[in-house]
Amino acid sequence: MYRTALRNVLAHKGRLLMTMLAVLLGTAFVAGTMVFSDTVGQSFKNSVSSTYANVSVQVKDNDAGVQFGQASKRDENSGDTPLTQATVDRIAALPGTGTVRGTVTGFAGLSDPNGDLIGSAGNTEGSNWAPDSAGQDTNYPMVQGTGPVDSHQIAIDQKTAAKNGFTVGDTVRMAVNGPVMQMTVTGIFTTTDPQVKAGGSLVLFDTATAQGLYLKAGQFDSIQATAKPGTSQDQLLAEVQPVVPHGSNIKTETGTQLSADQAAAIQSAMSGMKTALLAFAGIALFVGIFLISNTFTMLIAQRTRELALMRAIGASRRQVTNSVLLEALFVGVSASLAGLVAGIGLGALLQKVLGSMGGATLSGSLVVSPTTIVSTLLTGIVVTVLAALLPGIRASRVAPVAAMRSGDQPASQKSLIVRNSIGGVLALLGAALVLLGVHTGGSGGRMPVAAGAVFVLIGVFVLTPLLSRPVIAVVGPLFARLFGISGKLAKQNAVRNPRRTAATASALTIGVTLISALTVIGASMTSAIDKLVTQDMKADYSVSSQINPTVSPSLLPQIAKTPGVAAYSVLDDQYLQVGGKALSVTGVDATSFDQLVAPTMVSGSTDSLKQGGILIDQDHATSDHLSVGSTLPVTYPNGSAGTLTVGGIYQNSGLLGPVLMSESVLSPHTTAPYYNTVLIKGTDGATPALQQALKNATGDNPLIQVNTKQQLQQQFSSVITLLLNVMYALLGMAVVIAILGVVNTLAMSVFERKREIGMLRAIGLDRRGIKRMVRLESVVIAAFGAVMGIAIGSFLAWAAVRLLGDAITGLTTTLPYGQLAGYVVGAALIGLLAALWPARRAAKLDILASIKTD
Amino acid sequence: MTTSLRTAAAARAVDLSKVYGEGDTRVTALDRVSVEFQSGQFTAIMGPSGSGKSTLMHCMAGLDTVSSGSARIGETELGGLKDKQLTKLRRDQIGFIFQAFNLLPTLTALENITLPMDIAGRKPDRKWLDQVVATVGLADRLGHRPSQLSGGQQQRVACARALASRPEIIFADEPTGNLDSRSGAEILSFLRSSVRELGQTVVMVTHDPVAASYADRVVFLADGRIVDEMQDPTADSVLDRMRRFDAAGRTS
Repeated sequence: MYRTALRNVLAHKGRLLMTMLAVLLGTAFVAGTMVFSDTVGQSFKNSVSSTYANVSVQVKDNDAGVQFGQASKRDENSGDTPLTQATVDRIAALPGTGTVRGTVTGFAGLSDPNGDLIGSAGNTEGSNWAPDSAGQDTNYPMVQGTGPVDSHQIAIDQKTAAKNGFTVGDTVRMAVNGPVMQMTVTGIFTTTDPQVKAGGSLVLFDTATAQGLYLKAGQFDSIQATAKPGTSQDQLLAEVQPVVPHGSNIKTETGTQLSADQAAAIQSAMSGMKTALLAFAGIALFVGIFLISNTFTMLIAQRTRELALMRAIGASRRQVTNSVLLEALFVGVSASLAGLVAGIGLGALLQKVLGSMGGATLSGSLVVSPTTIVSTLLTGIVVTVLAALLPGIRASRVAPVAAMRSGDQPASQKSLIVRNSIGGVLALLGAALVLLGVHTGGSGGRMPVAAGAVFVLIGVFVLTPLLSRPVIAVVGPLFARLFGISGKLAKQNAVRNPRRTAATASALTIGVTLISALTVIGASMTSAIDKLVTQDMKADYSVSSQINPTVSPSLLPQIAKTPGVAAYSVLDDQYLQVGGKALSVTGVDATSFDQLVAPTMVSGSTDSLKQGGILIDQDHATSDHLSVGSTLPVTYPNGSAGTLTVGGIYQNSGLLGPVLMSESVLSPHTTAPYYNTVLIKGTDGATPALQQALKNATGDNPLIQVNTKQQLQQQFSSVITLLLNVMYALLGMAVVIAILGVVNTLAMSVFERKREIGMLRAIGLDRRGIKRMVRLESVVIAAFGAVMGIAIGSFLAWAAVRLLGDAITGLTTTLPYGQLAGYVVGAALIGLLAALWPARRAAKLDILASIKTD
Repeated sequence: MTTSLRTAAAARAVDLSKVYGEGDTRVTALDRVSVEFQSGQFTAIMGPSGSGKSTLMHCMAGLDTVSSGSARIGETELGGLKDKQLTKLRRDQIGFIFQAFNLLPTLTALENITLPMDIAGRKPDRKWLDQVVATVGLADRLGHRPSQLSGGQQQRVACARALASRPEIIFADEPTGNLDSRSGAEILSFLRSSVRELGQTVVMVTHDPVAASYADRVVFLADGRIVDEMQDPTADSVLDRMRRFDAAGRTS
């Protein structure tokens, strides 16, 4: 039996090629993912341990410093005790301490020579240059120039300097927490700082400047100490702990612990990425199952007589099944081995490409763990053998007498009734669950929708043979009209073996379902965000800050003076106390409000702002039982009390907060302004000149953004688009495998229908007609798969959008018809492409050899 | 060659040779064969296995290339034709009947019959089609698919297909080879009546003397050459002639 199986593999290696390729691609994806994430993880771990190589003990103030996207966390009245020079001195005085260094870090905005922010927001860090007695900072060896010594000097990391052409003596523009600063570059340094290793930028200030920018004079956010030779990290830790301030914000750890913590954090981040990628590899392999199963089914159909003969001469059913499984095992083992090699190559390639793209430095060798090898091989083999199981069992049912029948194609058109009933029940059950989930809504609806989605998919796959006839019948007349007899025959061929067509199309359906679901969800989200952000915006420009989220009040007079500004208003976010609860209110300029913002009013009018009334959004009006004329007793941020009257209710908006009031009423009662955004209306609308004027007026600060409505929309949609594109790319593998499946099915069909093709050629169908027939069949199958995928995908996306709709205001299902239609056309083109080789083969068949009766 | 040329030849071979392979494996399947197939005649080609009878038919029908000599359908010389022109010739001027029926399982009987016209993109001649269908006796089976028809019925569909486009000449390759004797007799009578009553031209390759006896003329092939021919054959006379081949084969 073993020998027969091996012989079969060798005899059919041509026909098993696509199967092998599918398994190879799937396993290469798995292996590539594992190798790459292990390698990246290892290289980060290496860099972490080198970062903390010089740290024996670190003391860190978790509340200190300016973090990206938020103001300093430190509440002046809290009991927190900062780390100061005194702390540094006390640690320095300890007997076990070798060297000690106080560090200040925070985010910075550095401007490139064109005035744009370098890197995305939050990608540049600022820190302090802390020279030792020899005038050097071991963390930042200078390759050019010297360290910064006053508040107008900085040093820049070598990579960033090289990329932007900064050299010693240049003046660069940067901002941290206020207006733009002109700084002179005094030095360029190299570093192993993870910030730079991960692809970011680092600038160094002298310690006093950094403290002034990020903390307060004399304060640090962390202190690193090294132990004297002979003192262990733990001994030093024990010495340090008593001399540092005690508070929940202070954390003291050894370098070893820090490395371990970081490594653990990296591990979990990497395993998250790995899991996500492996999920996509899983989808690709799942698609592969269809292909493998289909191949073995076809091979067995072609070998019916041979199998029957084996049964007739005494092979048991089990032996027949085993021979098929053994064949699958050969395929699985060899394809998985090849996949493993390809995957390792893929990992190496990714390491190289990403490394050269200037992102994370991926130093170190490729990591191929035993887990990678074992799980890749096991996955490939198990998938292949499992996929061949059903065809193998079916093979054992071939009756011995079939060997005696003369060998036209076995007409195994077993009734599909059982199959259709099961499929129908599953699909309906799934649809019902999805609808139930949508009806339940919220988080409670997620489980039913998810389970329902699985049932719908499986149900439809089971039903595909049934669906194929009517769906493909629709295109029949069109094909016959457009392409004559080739079209008619193609359509007939596509429906002649519904199981085979279904299995082939289903493979494509999986990919298209996911892609179109993502497309619909993405389109819905984008349009919802567009609506939320910009529907109410009449202003031409919005001025906001990228890192520190407030726009400095000092910019307002500059904006007011800018020529071409017709009206402007701040959005001042403040918190009022109402009955012991915090209420977020936004102060706006009451007089220019109508020029800048047009909320959809449910009741009342925006005019009430001018009379000191407040506007409130519908959600709050409902939850707090407020209507026009209701009064609210409030406590202002500065402690004073007042009463506000509701003058109008508007539909929820992403641009505006829940409560609007006149800034002239609000500002006298606040401790400090918090200008989230400044909205601006131009006299001539949005013009490039005005945009430039506004940029100039705001000091060409790399952190201040002047955006039009479209730019705001793009900012949000580009995030979604990027995410979608990444997922599309990852799903591409599943589509590629599905294409292989189409190629495979067509090639096998051509082989099986060789005699028909010969006859058609004999009675006068030319080569072109034959090619066209095969290609059109492929197009029909592919388009059918895509149509089903789009239908299921859109339905599931609708359910998902309905569920998310509870959390995101204004989210409704938006079907991007053009894009979805594009997918059908794309699938048809893919079908055309997949048919190129089989069609050529069919057209090249020798007529006499084909019609010969054996 | 005593028969007077009643009409022009529907197909003609002159010094037709067909050689397969090269060197040691070189096989001469046809050795300078010259033969005419007259219009309105039912000709049978007979000969032992390997005599080259199928090769002769394939070459005459434009399914195989010739090594030397000439093969013509009507006035068209096949030798100089490209694949595209050959395809068109087969489509428009030649009908085929194969041993294994070779119907498309996805098409109904009627669709199979009109297939050559569909390929050509022509409308079938309704009157002629009705006549053909009536002659083969399939009027009530036209909507059936091949799998729902008996072997004899399938071969009758194949005959109707060959006739439907009114070709210059019909080539039948062992048309009764896969049929029981009763169905075979039906097909043969049908082929004969299509010649006598519908004025068609049929060339049939067979090794069955009974089948050959339905023809107007039998051409005997042996070792790639025409060795004899017979007018108005009977099964017995053909069988006698064939026995002499066997004897010759054994004594040589």
